Amino acid sequence: MRAGALLALVALLMTQVATAATAAAPTTATAAAGDLDRVMGALAQRKHGHVTFVEEKYISVLDTPVKSSGELLYEAPDRLEQLTLSPKRERLVLQNGVVTVDRGRRHYVLDLRQYPQIVPFIESIRATLAGDRAALERVFRLSFSGSFDTWTLTLVPLDEKLAHTIRQIDIEGTQAAIHKIQIQEADGDRSVLSIGSEVTE
Amino acid sequence: MRGGALVATLLWAALVAAAAVIVFRAHFTADLSAFLPQTPTATQRLLVSQLREGIASRLIIVAIEGADAASRARVSATVAGQLRKDSRFSSVSNGDQSGLERDRAFLFDHRYVLSESVDAQRFSVAGLKGAIQDTLDLLSSPAGLLVKSLIARDPTGEMLQVIDQAGTGEAPRTQEGVWSSRDGQRALLVAQTQAAGSDTDAQQQAIEAIRAAYAAGRATLPASAQRTVALEMSGPGVFSVSARSTIEHEVLRLSLLSTAAIVALLLAVYRSVPALILGLVPVASGALAGVAAVALGFGVVHGITLGFGITLIGESVDYSIYLFIQARRSWATIGLGVLTSICGFAALLPSGFPGLAQLGLYSISGLMAAALVTRFVLPHWLPRTFAIRDVTPLGLAVAGALRRARGAAWVLGILALGAATILYLHRASLWNRELSALSPVTQADQDLDARLRADIGAPDVRFLVVISGAQKESVLEAAERVGRRLQSLVMTGIIGGFESPTHYLPSLAAQRDRRDAIPEVTQMRARLQQATADLPLHANRLEPFLTDLEAARAHPPLTRRDLDSTSMAAGYDSMMLSDSNGWTAILPLRAATSPTGAYIDIDADKVSAALAGLGSPGEAVVLDLKRAADDLYSTYLAQIVKLSALGLGAIIVLLLIALRSGIRMLRVVAPLALAVLVVAAGLVLAGRELTILHVIGMLLIVAVGSNYALFFDRRATDRQGNAVPLTLASLVIANASTVLGFGVLASSSVPILAALGSTVAPGALLALVFSALLAERLPVADGAVAGGAAAGG
Repeated sequence: MRAGALLALVALLMTQVATAATAAAPTTATAAAGDLDRVMGALAQRKHGHVTFVEEKYISVLDTPVKSSGELLYEAPDRLEQLTLSPKRERLVLQNGVVTVDRGRRHYVLDLRQYPQIVPFIESIRATLAGDRAALERVFRLSFSGSFDTWTLTLVPLDEKLAHTIRQIDIEGTQAAIHKIQIQEADGDRSVLSIGSEVTE
Repeated sequence: MRGGALVATLLWAALVAAAAVIVFRAHFTADLSAFLPQTPTATQRLLVSQLREGIASRLIIVAIEGADAASRARVSATVAGQLRKDSRFSSVSNGDQSGLERDRAFLFDHRYVLSESVDAQRFSVAGLKGAIQDTLDLLSSPAGLLVKSLIARDPTGEMLQVIDQAGTGEAPRTQEGVWSSRDGQRALLVAQTQAAGSDTDAQQQAIEAIRAAYAAGRATLPASAQRTVALEMSGPGVFSVSARSTIEHEVLRLSLLSTAAIVALLLAVYRSVPALILGLVPVASGALAGVAAVALGFGVVHGITLGFGITLIGESVDYSIYLFIQARRSWATIGLGVLTSICGFAALLPSGFPGLAQLGLYSISGLMAAALVTRFVLPHWLPRTFAIRDVTPLGLAVAGALRRARGAAWVLGILALGAATILYLHRASLWNRELSALSPVTQADQDLDARLRADIGAPDVRFLVVISGAQKESVLEAAERVGRRLQSLVMTGIIGGFESPTHYLPSLAAQRDRRDAIPEVTQMRARLQQATADLPLHANRLEPFLTDLEAARAHPPLTRRDLDSTSMAAGYDSMMLSDSNGWTAILPLRAATSPTGAYIDIDADKVSAALAGLGSPGEAVVLDLKRAADDLYSTYLAQIVKLSALGLGAIIVLLLIALRSGIRMLRVVAPLALAVLVVAAGLVLAGRELTILHVIGMLLIVAVGSNYALFFDRRATDRQGNAVPLTLASLVIANASTVLGFGVLASSSVPILAALGSTVAPGALLALVFSALLAERLPVADGAVAGGAAAGG
């Protein structure tokens, strides 16, 4: 149960990285060969991001999705924070492969290196942030549709064990801005994370 | 005379044979129990039993370092796998998943009797609605993914509650699937032995089992990794075993060194092998008698006693030196010296530390045996042609030096003043008041232990709440009441958390209450319908929840046996102790952490205040282990100071009776007091904090030093007449042998042996020098002529 949940958690975090990194990315496109390369190139530019989010989770036992919202922060190269403000305040930080969660009085620490099968996800986070397509392709089968202006990137785990937890991840965006990340879990549940505006600091 | 000689020799042989038989049958031990006081109060008994047998005493932290992370993890897995099959270990944790899964299954299956949130209110419509809403809120967050798969069976979040209440703080870091140090350089494993930490033999076996398992794990690595991988271990059991081997090794080494040094000294002086061998007879007889007496008196002989006993070699050889060198044997003076020494050592007999009491008995019997053998046996054995080198020139040279130095005796006044000033200035930091000052564990081992503990994230448990009572159930119920008070302290951040036996096995009353709080299934279903009417989680999806509740209602109460296959069994057993007086629950407190991750010290007074008024049974006592241990040590320090004062008093009374003059007594004692003062000041200047062993060392300066001081007493010098140079020479040689004996001890790597040696060695030397300088008169000035080499009579 625990490993599976963590995988989902990491997948989720990964989407946040992409979100935070790209939402505010400059739109200067490189003269790359393909549109995917153009997107990846744009992702690599950004070192800092701070945006709002709304997330809906569709869970099979629940009649309606559960909703949460808050802010996402990213600092290159490896720090990510998800600050949930509604319905309950919770602060989740991923740094150096360690996740810490503060929820009320409770303080959880999860070391992702405990699960070797998660390492590819961490690597994919790094790879996405770095716009490193080759590294991404070591973990996922990538399919890109649309154009640089309106695109969908679909990630399907190559590893069979990962596929038991995550069926696929769809990232939608326009140029270098990500609008939506949808994670489909193997059990049929899914979550949709919508990116809002940039938070001014 | 021949008849007398035969009787003396036969008697000696018979006693030696008897002593040898006793020593041969004696049981020797070298564990740490010599340094754990036998304790008077119940709290202190608990403390010492914790130190000897508590869970902390059973933990061995194993670190595997070197090679690469994957290799270390592989060794860790092999070691854990092998030790888990070994019945000598009650639990082995290395961070892997297999053990965790069994524990989680137990907690999950019994969550409704374990959860402290379960009461009638919990299963009311409002209670259900609130609990389910909390779970849904959690579900919406990323952390909620941890509970998603459980929601149909556990919509009220009881599992999280159970995990939270049993939580043991921050887990170590994990690397390649096993625990590792924070810096990622070592794989870590924690093994808990079945045997108590004080059972040194069992601990040694456990350590050997770990070594064997490590060797097996190492063998699976490629050759390159095998070369760099290394094993480290720490923990009370490891300390006991290493202290034992250190003490065994040290006793042998120091005995050989001490013997060699004294043999060399005596050979240099006597230039005669028969004299040397004869001179060692009283020493060997004394050592044998000492060990035999301890074996008879205590049933068991501590290795450390033999370590202390090395000093006896240097001291007991004195008597034969006097016999061989002095022209007129001053048996009366020697006898008085023996008696003062006995007074000093006798003060140790009532000590609460078995190691010190044994030292006292060993020294008393050893010295008496050596003196008696020298006086009544040895003279018969001296061959008619017995001759040693004439040491008169040495005596004359010493006398000459003394005559020249006597003019400078006023310097001693300044020395006394200076030493007193130094002690006064350092009066605040004079004493070491920590029990660890008595620990025979070396600094390097203590450092390793601190490092590994920090790695594993197991800070020393310092505060405990202790609840005692006659009945197991009433103690558990009291622990639950205490737990509720402690929970409020967690809320306010005074403590970070606590553990309790009732987290794993609640009292039967609490289990019954929780089971009774679960409504029967049709009623429950109706309430669930109502509670979830406005929630996205519909009641008809929660049938697994109802099934689990029914199972919980029907399940017989949990007993200790239900914990058997889990790692919680060891935890429970360590927190729930029983003895002839009843039961004791021990609830360790965890310090809260500040936002920066630092531990916030627990305020014991606030905890005590929060627990006040709970009533009996279960008089809940907050125990500060460190303070209690240090208090314990202070008690014993005070006891030793008192005993030393008594010993000193006995010596003074003895001298008053023997010398029949207060002034003569003062003349004997004054140089000794000065020696003690100067040595104490010297130790302070060298940066040492004084411990019990230093106090005993000072007592021994007086007890041993008086042997020399007495020869400078007026009556004694009168008796010696013109043989004074030989007496002086014998004193110098005897003193040198004593200083050598204690000096060798000062070189020991066992701190307590070194403390004793480094106090007495300089003290004995100074006692002789000061006595000579302060002597009323030195008849050598009369131009005495040497009486030639001593001859046997």
